[in-house]
Amino acid sequence: MTNQPLPTAPLARYLLHLADDQLVMGHRNSEWTGLGPILEEDIAFSSIAQDQVGHALAFYEYLNQECGLADPDQTAFNRPESLMVSSWLVEQPIGDYAFSLVRHWCYDQAVYLRYESLSQIQDPALQALATKLRGEVKYHTFHANTWMKSLLQGSEESRLRMLTALKEVWPMALGLFESWSGEKALMEQVGHAGQPWYPGERHLQQHWQAGALESLVLWSVDVEALGLHKVEPVLGGRQGYHSEHLASMLEEMTAVFRLDPQAEW
Amino acid sequence: MYGGGYIPAGVEETKAQAESPELLAQFEARITRGEKIEPRDWMPAVYRKQLIRMIEQHAHSEIIGALPEGTWITRAPGFRRKLALMAKVQDEVGHAQLLYSAAETLGKKREDMLNDLINGKSKYSNVFNYPAETWADVAVIGFLIDAAAIVNQVANSKGSYGPYCRALERICYEESFHLKQGHSVFVWLATGTPMQREMLQNALNRWWEPIMHFFGPSDTMSQHTETLMRWKVKMATNDVMRQQFLNIYVPKIWDLGLSLPDPELRKDESTGQWLFTEPNWDTFFKVINGDGPCSRERLAVRKVAEERGAWVRAALRRADARYATPLA
Ligand SMILES: [Fe+2]
Ligand SMILES: [Fe+2]
Repeated sequence: MTNQPLPTAPLARYLLHLADDQLVMGHRNSEWTGLGPILEEDIAFSSIAQDQVGHALAFYEYLNQECGLADPDQTAFNRPESLMVSSWLVEQPIGDYAFSLVRHWCYDQAVYLRYESLSQIQDPALQALATKLRGEVKYHTFHANTWMKSLLQGSEESRLRMLTALKEVWPMALGLFESWSGEKALMEQVGHAGQPWYPGERHLQQHWQAGALESLVLWSVDVEALGLHKVEPVLGGRQGYHSEHLASMLEEMTAVFRLDPQAEW
Repeated sequence: MYGGGYIPAGVEETKAQAESPELLAQFEARITRGEKIEPRDWMPAVYRKQLIRMIEQHAHSEIIGALPEGTWITRAPGFRRKLALMAKVQDEVGHAQLLYSAAETLGKKREDMLNDLINGKSKYSNVFNYPAETWADVAVIGFLIDAAAIVNQVANSKGSYGPYCRALERICYEESFHLKQGHSVFVWLATGTPMQREMLQNALNRWWEPIMHFFGPSDTMSQHTETLMRWKVKMATNDVMRQQFLNIYVPKIWDLGLSLPDPELRKDESTGQWLFTEPNWDTFFKVINGDGPCSRERLAVRKVAEERGAWVRAALRRADARYATPLA
């Protein structure tokens, strides 16, 4: 294991949040391969998973080249759990399809907002990257919206399952916007239009929540009856504090690597 | 990936004769001229039945085949391997989707096919009833099983049923990438550390018999397939395909300094034919009939997936019927 400390530069740290989230989320989504409720959804979740792992790689590459972190394979697959800064939401097992779908819907909309803001940054390379990746995530959100609507308005059973999943996912979705130590400094960074590009977690969360609740109301979900407005976020991920699920996942991810540390694969 | 050239039964030509001798003559003449048969064209009932069985088995093999490799996605070492494997397994599921659509054009619904898979009425390729124990198994599957599948699918893509041929053309195009990727993992292990080589050699030893089984029993043991060949349902005999495979891939394996667990395996230079120890066909039939090392597990996983997804499909049935259109 590399015990290289977490980056202290605010931008590097922020990108590491993004990268770790995408890596872990991509892994979870890939677990639907071969097991989806219909073949089309196996394929869709696999596409999304590939995008996510690909995005993680892009950010780890940037962190390697511009911020002095180890190479992407080392950074991604050779870090102890306590140095992973992914959120609780992404590390949870896939659950039933309703859970995975609601998570996907919450998560990708949040990623979309982050990419939108990141595409305002001064660094042209990162700006271009964020713009490109945002285009891919746009499709994820289309996919999630279509399915949320179909299953919330499908049958009695599907609606009930979706509502249950919403209650389960919501606190962890709020946890995506955990505040972190470099936040203030990053909020002061000026973007390419002369304005700050990063609005901070609180603002991102409000923006995300407003959009999500609006959609739910449109799909006739009684968000107050569900109690979504008075939910406490699940925090800790950005500080390396995780649920029991991340450790076993990391163990699986690194199982082959660990067979022979000298080998190349 | 594909389920091998094994078609369980011959065709009773007399039944086709009884339907309509004239239509049968026209049908056969079209096939002889190299024309494709399309969904709305007249075809003998036995032709339809045989094709459904074959395409359905092929489709099942693709989704069941996604399971052993799929379990290695989360364990794949490093970004390059992981992303390639994810895309590969996704392709295989996509192949199933294309093939079910092709079979649907012959009148059997996807849901019925999936039910027949789960209840054991319909088969899939034997090779997927073996476990993928190590990362080297991923190499052997991706390189050699996909290679064997390509031999089979390229042959079948020249068959007589239009929708199946078109699906296969697209599938073969994607399979060529799988082969490249499998070959890369394979070579990397073969030229790696002693541990990696040993892992690969062990996987190769384990997989050799299933690979020899892949194309089905020798033509001398199979029921007669002349009618199927004349109707271009079956395009090459099991022995011909096995020989083609051995001829291309055994030298590649030997060149890497690996061995194969058959002391008799060699090419007879005077005939150009490969000689080998006949694999145990009793094992083959035992596995086909549901007694392979992973047969129960594979079907159980598939069954759980179907059951867990039932509520989603039920909700969609209410919404619309958008998944019924053929794709190829
Ligand atoms: Fe393949
Ligand atoms: Fe395939």
